[in-house]
Amino acid sequence: MSAPELTKILPPDTELSRPFWEGCRNQQLLMQQCKDCDRFQFYPRIVCSHCEGEQLSWQPVSGQGSVASFTIVRRGISKAYEAPYIVALVDLKEGPRMMTTVVGCDPESVAVGDTVEVQFEPWGSDLVLPVFSKR
Amino acid sequence: MANPGKELRGKVAIVGVADTEVGVLTGRSPMDLGVEAALKAIKDAGLKKSDIDGLITCNSMAQPLMYHAEATAEYLQIFPRYCMAVGAGGGTTFTAIHHAASAIATGMADIIVIAMADCMRSGLSREQALQVQASTGHPEFEQPYGPTVPAYYALIAQAHMAEFGTTQEQLAGIAVSTRQHAANNPTAQMRDLITVDDVMSSRMIADPLHLLDCSLVSDGGSAIVMCSAERAADLPHDPIYIMGAGEGHNHEHISAARSLTTSAAKEAGERAYAMAGLQSSDMDFAQLYDCFTPTVLVELEDLGFCTKGEGGAFVDSGALAPGGSLPVNTHGGLLSHSHAGNPGSMFALTESVWQLRHTAGERQVPKARHGLVHAQGGIMSSHTTLVLSREAS
Ligand SMILES: [Zn+2]
Repeated sequence: MSAPELTKILPPDTELSRPFWEGCRNQQLLMQQCKDCDRFQFYPRIVCSHCEGEQLSWQPVSGQGSVASFTIVRRGISKAYEAPYIVALVDLKEGPRMMTTVVGCDPESVAVGDTVEVQFEPWGSDLVLPVFSKR
Repeated sequence: MANPGKELRGKVAIVGVADTEVGVLTGRSPMDLGVEAALKAIKDAGLKKSDIDGLITCNSMAQPLMYHAEATAEYLQIFPRYCMAVGAGGGTTFTAIHHAASAIATGMADIIVIAMADCMRSGLSREQALQVQASTGHPEFEQPYGPTVPAYYALIAQAHMAEFGTTQEQLAGIAVSTRQHAANNPTAQMRDLITVDDVMSSRMIADPLHLLDCSLVSDGGSAIVMCSAERAADLPHDPIYIMGAGEGHNHEHISAARSLTTSAAKEAGERAYAMAGLQSSDMDFAQLYDCFTPTVLVELEDLGFCTKGEGGAFVDSGALAPGGSLPVNTHGGLLSHSHAGNPGSMFALTESVWQLRHTAGERQVPKARHGLVHAQGGIMSSHTTLVLSREAS
């Protein structure tokens, strides 16, 4: 019973999101952009959440953002997650907000408003997750 | 704004209420507790089991059933014409109330029992407990980062602190006043008084939330009986009328919230006040969903008890405590009375009825006429506000 616990939670494979994860494997953060209103959205949907446009394409974004909020998790959700670790909400320069983590620094040093930059981290199986580091 | 639900105002009353014991109830099943609460509430209403023609339950995490309400009816050997199990997390409870009220007002049922119970403390296997944690959050874009349930609420607290200068001590003050209420309630699970220092020195769970900023994990069940105001007039207790009800829905996943610091409690409250023709200043007490201390802080602001950003100062004023200007969670809330999962806020509802009947004993809010009860589900996602009153006019 201990083996599965050491696996981090993996996102289910869906056709809609496959380009996102493929982008991560190529060290690129991709977001859906609407051809009608030019705006970006996250998470991926079959329709633009701003204007209901149906022509969406995957485009690279800067990977620059700022910390909208964060917490330091002191008791991990499972043994696969070594506490303390950060769970953060990051606002990308292009608009979308995403849940993520901030790595490569003392968790205590993170603050709301910090500018951060995307990085890519192997997560198990062949998955790579976007994480962020302070700039 | 339009006056939503005006046709329902004062037309339906709560006429029977009951709680089971709460805490660690080893060996009791959620079904047993739900049935016990239902039968006690029917008795409290001065009615017989055969009078019941409507039943609402919520599913239990410790004993999930495909047909939960139907199984409960079978166990009770009642044969309702209105029967459903609802599920919207903590918000479930109060959403069910106005659905039931509508069914009564339209004649789809005459007397409805709402019974909810769960055994979050002693009924969950390790796998089920992990599943409860992991099933919160977006499976693709949130869960992989390992957020725990306290972590989601910590994101709200941290944003409020950054935006308005709210302090950890002010959050702790909410846990302290809640415990003062629980100390007056013989049925509460945790009754020993605590201080701000006790909260601050308890283990950090997810910054800025300490262990004592987090609600309990409990077993327990609770039930109410509702019927029309006309029928209520013949029953033994003072009817407690449903004057206002309002919902607000903002998001499901916290990463998709329109705001981290203003919730849809604002819309839910505005709708409930408009229907009731009452304001926040008319409320003699408020029972606010307190799975974690920051939810109370945000709800105080969004429900109009203080202005946005002033929640911390409002807590410092002592308003929430027994004898304060707005006693909050007079039974002890999820923080100190009990938190049995989805049924959690039922206990805030039964308490509100006792307060408005003026039978709350040592913890009675003097001359309480109107009370507000609010619940939220998800991560400050789905909100329902109820305004209850001992007067229908
Ligand atoms: Zn668009």
